[in-house]
Amino acid sequence: MNLKRSKKPMIITLALVAAVYIAVFIAEQQLPATSMLFTVLKKGAVYALVAVSMNLLNGFTGIFSLGQAGFMLVGAYVYGIFTIPVVQRAAVYQYFDGGVIQFTVPIIVAVIMAGLAAAFFAFLIGLPVLRLKSDYLAIATLGFAEIIRAIFQWNGLGPVTNGSNMLRAFPNFNDFNIKDTQGNVTVYLSTLIPFIMAGVCILLIVLLINSSYGRALKAIRDDEVAAEAMGINLAHHKRLAFCVSSFFAGVGGAMLAMYQTTVQAKSFTSAMTYEILLIVVIGGIGSVTGSVFSSFLFVACSEWWLRFLDEQQTIGDFQVPLLRNGFRLVVFSIIIMIVVLFFRRGIMGDKELPDLLSRRAGKKGRAVK
Amino acid sequence: MWDTVFPYLLSGISVGGQYALIAIGYTMVYGILRLINFAHGDVFMVAGIIMVYIAASGLPLWLCIPLVLLITVGVGFLIERVAYKPLRTAPRMSVMISAIGVSYTLQNLVLYITGGLNKQYPTIPWISDTMVIGPAKTKVVTVVTPFLVILLVVALVLLINRTKIGMAMRAVSKDFETSQLMGIKINNVISTTFIIGSFLAGVGSILFFTNYPTVIQTSGAMPGLKAFVAAVFGGIGSIPGAVIGAFIIGIMENIIKGLDVILFKAGLTSAPLGLATFSDAFSFALLIIILLVKPTGLFGEKVTDKV
Repeated sequence: MNLKRSKKPMIITLALVAAVYIAVFIAEQQLPATSMLFTVLKKGAVYALVAVSMNLLNGFTGIFSLGQAGFMLVGAYVYGIFTIPVVQRAAVYQYFDGGVIQFTVPIIVAVIMAGLAAAFFAFLIGLPVLRLKSDYLAIATLGFAEIIRAIFQWNGLGPVTNGSNMLRAFPNFNDFNIKDTQGNVTVYLSTLIPFIMAGVCILLIVLLINSSYGRALKAIRDDEVAAEAMGINLAHHKRLAFCVSSFFAGVGGAMLAMYQTTVQAKSFTSAMTYEILLIVVIGGIGSVTGSVFSSFLFVACSEWWLRFLDEQQTIGDFQVPLLRNGFRLVVFSIIIMIVVLFFRRGIMGDKELPDLLSRRAGKKGRAVK
Repeated sequence: MWDTVFPYLLSGISVGGQYALIAIGYTMVYGILRLINFAHGDVFMVAGIIMVYIAASGLPLWLCIPLVLLITVGVGFLIERVAYKPLRTAPRMSVMISAIGVSYTLQNLVLYITGGLNKQYPTIPWISDTMVIGPAKTKVVTVVTPFLVILLVVALVLLINRTKIGMAMRAVSKDFETSQLMGIKINNVISTTFIIGSFLAGVGSILFFTNYPTVIQTSGAMPGLKAFVAAVFGGIGSIPGAVIGAFIIGIMENIIKGLDVILFKAGLTSAPLGLATFSDAFSFALLIIILLVKPTGLFGEKVTDKV
C-alpha cells in the first residue's frame, strides 16, 4: 500500500514537521525563557516519545504492556548515575560516601546507555512475560515495573542508585543553551534539543513500523495464529517490539530526568503508566501522529490551559462554583472517560498525518474496512 | 524466635483477610466479564473516604457502617453501568482501558474532594481496642478479620451454589452468550456481581483502615493490585482460591516486612538489610512465578484459546 501512495502528502508532512522545528527555534529566541509554552513543549516532547514507544507495543503489536514507568525509571536512573558531575557526587550521594561510580560519560552516550539498559531489562523481563496473553501480560508487566522500582529504592544498592534519595545535579535541558564567557545565553536550544531527540527517536520508530518487521508486528496484532501460520516467528518479533519499545521508553526516561532536573524512584508509579496509556488512547491506538498530538494536548491542558480550573474565578460578582485545587484533574478525567467510552478511536484512529492529507488514502482506508 | 515472628504472622493473617475481601471482587468480575477491574482497588479507597466524611457529619456509628456499605455498593453498581456496560461488545482491551480510566477518575475525584490530604479514619469502638495475644499486642480487628472473612465466604459460596441468582452467575461465567439465550438477564447478573464485590470491598475497607488509619486517594492502588495478585495466585474465577491466595500473600508480605528484625534477632545478620523495601515487590514476583509455573493458579480451570 505504501508504494502506491503518492509522494505529495509525505512531502507536505515533512514540510510541516520542519516548519514546527523552525517555529520552535524562533519562538525560543524571541519569547522569555520562563514562558509556559516551553514547559509544555519540553514535557510534551518527552511524553510524545514515551507515548509513541508505548503505542509501538500496545497499538502496533497488540501486546498490552503496562511496564512503561519501570523502563522509564531505568532510563532516568542510568542517565542520572552516569552524568552527575564528579565534583557534585559527594553532595548527591551524601549518605553513601559519594557513591561508587566516580566518572561521567557525555550526555549523548548516557542517553543511549539509558535506552540500552532499559532494553536489557526488557529482554530479561520478556523471557518469561511475553509468553503470557492479554491481561495476564498486562498485570505481569505492571508487576515488573513495581519490582524494578523496589530494587532501585533498595538501600543495598545505595552506592549506585542513592537508595530512596533523589538523584540531582545532572545536566538538564537548560544546559543545552549556548552561553558566552560571562554566562549569558546567546542561543537558546533548551527546547529545540529535546524536540530533536524525540524527533529522531520517533522517526526511527516510524521507520521500524513501515519496515517488513512493522508489517509482521501488525499481523501479530490482528491475528496471532494466522501470523504464525504465515511463517512469522511470534516469540522473536514480540521480543523485538518489546525491547525496541523499552529502549525508547528508557531514552524517554532519561529525557524526563533532564526535564525534571531530579529523579526519584518513588515517582515512577503505575499511575504514570496509566497516564501514558490514556494519552495513547486519546491519540488513537495505532497512530503515531495521534500519540504525538495527544501528548502535547494532554500536557498543554494539564500544565497550562486548564490551570484556571484550579483557581477561584469570579465573573463580575458571580463566584464560579466548584473551582478549586484539583478540579482540573476531575474535568480531565471526565474528558478522558468520554473519549474512552464514546470516541474509542481517539483523535486519529489508526490514521497518520499523511493519510489525512491525501483524500485517496482516506478512501482506500474505508475500502479496506 | 517464635516471639519475634508471631506479631508479623498475626498482622499478616489480618491483612490477608482484608486482601481476601477485595480479591473476591476481582475474581468474581473476572469470572464473569473476563475483565481486570482496575478500579476495584479504588472502590475500596472510596469506601474509606465515604466513611471519613459520614463519620465527620456526626451520625452515630451504628448507622455509619451500613450507610457506607450502601453507598459503596451504589458506587460499584454505577461504575459498571456507566463505564463497562456500554462496552459489552467492544474488544477486551477497550474495557480494560475503561477500567483504568475509572480508576484515574475516582482518584482525581477524591483528590479534589479531600484536597490531596491524608484523612484520619474514624476510630470504630471495640474493633479498634488493643488486646494481647501471647507475645503480641494488637487491635481486636486483627483477630476478628479472619473469622469475619470465613463467615462471609461461606455465605457467598452458599449464595452461589444454592440460590437462583448464584446459578445464573455460574451459567454466565461458563458461557456468556448461551446463558443469554437461555433467558438469563445478563445485566442483572453482572450488576449483582459488582454489588457483591463492592460490598465486600466496603467491609474490607472498614477492617483495613482500622489498622492503617489514614486514607488518601492513592491508598487503594497497592491493596488493589495485591488483591488482584492474590486472585490470580488462587486461580482467577475461584473464590476459595482467591481467599487462600490472599492469606498467603498477606502473611508473606508481613514476614518480609519484619525479616530484617527476625534475621537480626535470630543472629543471622548483624545489620539491617533493608529488605522491607521488597515487601510490595514480593507479591509481584510471586505473581510472575505462578503465571509461569501454573498460569491457571492454584484452583483455576484451564481455558484453551479457540481459533
